[in-house]
Amino acid sequence: MSHIANMILKRIALGILTLFVVSLIIFLATELLPGNFAQEILGQSATPETVAALRRQLGLDQPMHVRYAGWLMDVLRGDFGESLANGMAVSDLIGRRLGNTLYLALYAAAIAVPLSLALGILAALFRNSFFDRFANASALTSISFPEFFVAYILIFLLAGAGGAFPSMANFRGDPSFGEYLYRAFLPALTLTLVVTAHMMRMTRAAIINLLASPYIEMAQLKGMNPMRVIVKHALPNALAPIINVIALNLAYLITGVVVVEVVFVYPGLGQLMVDSVAARDMPVVQGVALVFAAAYVFLNLAADVLATLSNPRLVHGR
Amino acid sequence: MQDANDILLSMKGLRIEGRTDEEWLEIVRGVNLELRKGEVLGLIGESGAGKSTIGLAAMGFARDGCRISGGEITFDGIDMRSASEATKRRLRGRRIAYVAQSAAASFNPAHKLIDQYSEGPVKHGVMSRDEAENDATDLYRRMQLPDPDSIGFRYPHQVSGGQLQRAMTAMAMACRPDLIIFDEPTTALDVTTQIEVLAAIREIVEQFDTAALYITHDLAVVAQMADRIKVLLKGEEVEESDTRSMLASPTQEYTKSLWAVRTHARPEQPPVVEGKPVLSIRNVTAGYGAVDVLKDVSFDIHPRRTVAVVGESGSGKSTTARVITGLLPPRRGEVLFNGEALPPDFRRRSREQLRQAQMIYQMADTALNPKLKIRELVGRPAQMYLGLRGKALEERIRELLSLIEMNPDDYIDRLPSELSGGQKQRIGIARALAAEPQFIICDEVTSALDQLVAEGILKLLDRLQGEFDLAYMFITHDLATVKAIADEVVVMKDGVVVEKGPKSEMFQPPHDPYTELLLSSVPEMDPDWLSGLLESRATAANG
Repeated sequence: MSHIANMILKRIALGILTLFVVSLIIFLATELLPGNFAQEILGQSATPETVAALRRQLGLDQPMHVRYAGWLMDVLRGDFGESLANGMAVSDLIGRRLGNTLYLALYAAAIAVPLSLALGILAALFRNSFFDRFANASALTSISFPEFFVAYILIFLLAGAGGAFPSMANFRGDPSFGEYLYRAFLPALTLTLVVTAHMMRMTRAAIINLLASPYIEMAQLKGMNPMRVIVKHALPNALAPIINVIALNLAYLITGVVVVEVVFVYPGLGQLMVDSVAARDMPVVQGVALVFAAAYVFLNLAADVLATLSNPRLVHGR
Repeated sequence: MQDANDILLSMKGLRIEGRTDEEWLEIVRGVNLELRKGEVLGLIGESGAGKSTIGLAAMGFARDGCRISGGEITFDGIDMRSASEATKRRLRGRRIAYVAQSAAASFNPAHKLIDQYSEGPVKHGVMSRDEAENDATDLYRRMQLPDPDSIGFRYPHQVSGGQLQRAMTAMAMACRPDLIIFDEPTTALDVTTQIEVLAAIREIVEQFDTAALYITHDLAVVAQMADRIKVLLKGEEVEESDTRSMLASPTQEYTKSLWAVRTHARPEQPPVVEGKPVLSIRNVTAGYGAVDVLKDVSFDIHPRRTVAVVGESGSGKSTTARVITGLLPPRRGEVLFNGEALPPDFRRRSREQLRQAQMIYQMADTALNPKLKIRELVGRPAQMYLGLRGKALEERIRELLSLIEMNPDDYIDRLPSELSGGQKQRIGIARALAAEPQFIICDEVTSALDQLVAEGILKLLDRLQGEFDLAYMFITHDLATVKAIADEVVVMKDGVVVEKGPKSEMFQPPHDPYTELLLSSVPEMDPDWLSGLLESRATAANG
């Protein structure tokens, strides 16, 4: 077991290093954004003196590496700075939105992951049948349309005249759990449609890939039924690639859902990011980008660890 | 006459087709077979004879790309061709069980042995899970597995190949079937392990009076196991009779040729007393990570001589080859070529040094780039080492193909996939020859080939040695090959050279105890050989 702990520690260290590199890239990238925040706030009529004064007040006149070091130190202490636009603490801004985003991601994942695993297993079981082709074709269709298009179709079908669900997911205050599920149903369904294809096809492919193995033939020759052969004998050996694809898609659900949030007016991190970029609100942009990067690093780490644990050859030594 | 009710399995005019590209080709052409209760029938033949396909057909099973196209298969009165999938599933595992060639590949790596054992009896409703576990322990004990109480709770990768093969036989026994199909169950094992597995299988088949189809290409093995033997060739029966008369007086030419395979032997050349060795390995210690795989290994190879390096898997034979070729720099010791020390790492060797030592591999399939034509495969070394171009290169390639007895006009533009296994190995030889080396390492070059084909390769190597003054290092685990080709023998065990010397000394007592074990473990064509050997070993152990 110790080498597993060892591997996890190594991965965590690598993850931290990755985050550090990412923070550097984020900082440099925001530097490259065109425009000048002080100019933006003060408007066309600002004199050069007032712009310079505001820049000094915000610390924007200092050299880049000094500002980066200061920012990094603050971030390490949990202080992401204050929003340039409204003076609120970035951590508060992100905190509230992050909760919403995770909620929606979890909601979508709770539908999409079991659904795509089940569809993938059934497609492998009835491979090349009508069901297999139909599942593949519909999954590919839904992934091939742009997200906003899927979203509008769903709104048209399920929220339009006489539809059962609200097309706006902008709730105020603390909705009850049931209320939340109801209001966020359409965005969650949209996301499900977008991510299911990838996970389903990987599940199907990873299982079918193993069906020529001698141990699968052995299970058949022991008289096991096809469902058991797939679920009990193929699936456990196919977990590693499946887990990796699930992790990638979960990361996407957290970081890549801007468009869906905008369509449904859902108050998530993606919207915050877009608004802040538009307003040149650098501390918020940097903070959100760092949270996105952390989500990726964490999910990939989790995927690696789970994939390792799913393999007895790595868990139990000789 | 036997009572008709005694017949457990019968096949009449069985035909099976396999799909190649767009066509269905017949791979089993009208085979008849009868097996009585409690009887063991040996199916023997070379690869492509259709042995495994027939074995699987007995379970009503055809692999992907195969179909049973004609004939009858009747198991205990049940027509296996028209039986529903559900009926066949009820028979498989419960009344007909299967033991595969490679237990390491046929055990599911994700589950413990005992879980895989219990699956059959529990799902077929023969036993409860607890009963199955107790039963497993009991059978593991009868199969003489170490730690029978706990070995089932290990994963397949934690158990050795020979033990896995016994665990698989135990698993096949789980539902006490009427018939077991043994598909080359010992082919992947070392000779010393093979004996244990053979003994265990025979013991348990007798104890439970189980009928068996025993499929193998090894005559000496089948002689120990079967009551009757059926010889197959390209999907057709050659002949069938009881074991003793088959061994004593085969009637068909093909059977006789199979029997005669192990006869290629060349006279041993006198040991070299004077003169510089081509290659000498001096006190080499090498390994991976913290483990030393080779410990203080030394031996010499002289010009025009063949040194066979013999040992079981894990003995360090292939690691020695890796040290010589510079793939694995040794920790201590050195490799001398014509008296000069070779740089330990191949990257530091000169092109000339690289040219002088070539290699031929076990799996010609994977050692030849499938995208290159024969012309390029054989031409590349001639071009790289000898700088041949254009017409000279073309002529050299043709000459090399003639040397390996393949007509250049027919083969020069073919791809490896268009060749048979033996032809691929010949191309491997031509490629090694193209560099005009003094020394060639042959790593198990015949062990993936059928006996008749292997013999052809050995003869070819033998002839080339005479023509080009080559020195061979011949890595093998097969003592018959050693007898056939070696001048000197080096026996290795656990990374140490336990015995070395001329072949004649090696095959005559007194032996090192390990050499003795190796030699006595090679199956002989005498049906009483295994019983006799086990008896004498038991006496030795008790006395």
